[in-house]
Amino acid sequence: MFDFLKGPILGIQTFFLLSGRAVVNIFRSPHYADDIAIQMDIIGVGSLLLILLTGLFTGGVITLQMARALNQYGASGQVGNIVAITLVRELGPVLTALLVAGRNASGIASELGSMKVTEQIDAMRALGTDPVQKLVTPRLLAMSTMLPALTIISDFMGLVGGYLVGSVMLGLTTPTQFWSSAYQALEYRDIAQGLVKPFVFALVIAMVGCHSGMNTSGGTQGVGRATTQAVVVSSVWVIVLTFFISKFFVDF
Amino acid sequence: MSEANGTDTLLRLDHVTVRFGETVALDRVSLSLRRGETCVIQGSAGSGKTILLKTALGLIVPDEGHVYLFGVDTRTARESELNQLRSRMGILFQEGGLFDSMTIEENVGYPLVNMKSLECPPEEVLERVQQALDFVELGHTLAKVPSELSGGMRRRVGIARAVVTEPALLLYDSPTAGLDPITANTIMVLIAKERDTRGTATALATHRYQDGVLLANYRYNAHTERLEHAGGRDLRTRFVVLGEGRIVFEGTQEELEASEDPYISKFAKPLKDQPLPE
Repeated sequence: MFDFLKGPILGIQTFFLLSGRAVVNIFRSPHYADDIAIQMDIIGVGSLLLILLTGLFTGGVITLQMARALNQYGASGQVGNIVAITLVRELGPVLTALLVAGRNASGIASELGSMKVTEQIDAMRALGTDPVQKLVTPRLLAMSTMLPALTIISDFMGLVGGYLVGSVMLGLTTPTQFWSSAYQALEYRDIAQGLVKPFVFALVIAMVGCHSGMNTSGGTQGVGRATTQAVVVSSVWVIVLTFFISKFFVDF
Repeated sequence: MSEANGTDTLLRLDHVTVRFGETVALDRVSLSLRRGETCVIQGSAGSGKTILLKTALGLIVPDEGHVYLFGVDTRTARESELNQLRSRMGILFQEGGLFDSMTIEENVGYPLVNMKSLECPPEEVLERVQQALDFVELGHTLAKVPSELSGGMRRRVGIARAVVTEPALLLYDSPTAGLDPITANTIMVLIAKERDTRGTATALATHRYQDGVLLANYRYNAHTERLEHAGGRDLRTRFVVLGEGRIVFEGTQEELEASEDPYISKFAKPLKDQPLPE
């Protein structure tokens, strides 16, 4: 009767087993420092330009959209405040995570998926290497350090974008007023929220990408399916989780 | 940890059943391979040849039954113990299984570097990699990556990676699938060469009956560097036919050719009109 639930439940079970093994392996030898560095480069440096541009224009567009509403209430001086809170609490982490999910969850899933269908993962095990230790743990570590770093950069670029549009282009505030209202708007709780979110998103994106890749079957078509699944699932989880994390910070 | 009977038995499958959901991939399969023996495993696509080899290697844990590798039960062995056992065997995967982001040198050297139980000093790795590649006549490809090589060359690199650790047991999964007859023959000569120069126990899964017949009837002569007809019956080469995950035949070449069973006989008949390549 409930046979249709078997597949999803098995998927959840294998996801958590893989995640558990990947986390435990962080504390076990051997450690593949080279692989971690390579993944940090791919995820961090590789996504940098994308994040810089997205952050800059996101801050700019928030300011542009808020300018008229703030003018109506004579509160245009508060633009820095609004940009800072919106970016640091929500848009910075979420947009960065969605971009990284689109770029790297798909990359991870397709790379590991290709390795799976061409028996490279079996070969790895046959040749004495734990594929979780060699492939999954480095990606998890790299993602959980790089995504928070990228989010901080994105937040800063968003503020720069807000400043350029608000102060330089529209003349809503003076530069000092913009930066001081942005600085004063942020509480420690906002900073904590803005850093907890990317860390959680990083775990989800890395593990969803790795899980989809490691469970690929069905040749090249299967690789395509795994890649799409990784992006869709990780993006949906980012949106769902941001709600619950925000709720947690609002309540406490 | 259970021990298999007989110290000469390198691999023993004892009533092994492997299921994937409702599908039974291997159904109570029992098989053993002793030192110096050759086992040719045939069967149609999806009959369980690859699953059998992966189960033998400990990559798939059987749902029922036991696999004894060098006398050790793989069901109860830890992954670290399995890795130690795997260092005494080599495998050539159907797709080659080469790491496409690594050079040929790194691919062939991978087991020497990563299998700690081999205790291969780092300064010896390159020399042994070169020897293994020379064995498959690809000594000039060290710096290349797998995508720069042809399908046949990739299989030969796969053989080099399998033999670089000088294993006692070698498993080949459809080594000639998808290759032209000349390249397929080159691969089979290399397999026979490895078996006859080092006395390796060999399990070969193949679609092609002539591959099995070549191993059963020909021996590699190290002096002439050619395959020569062994002459007489070889009782150390057995043929196994798999059908829907079950062993439906096990015996010698003569017994296989004499079989009247329509499924079994179709694996022997294609050769009757084709002479073996010299």
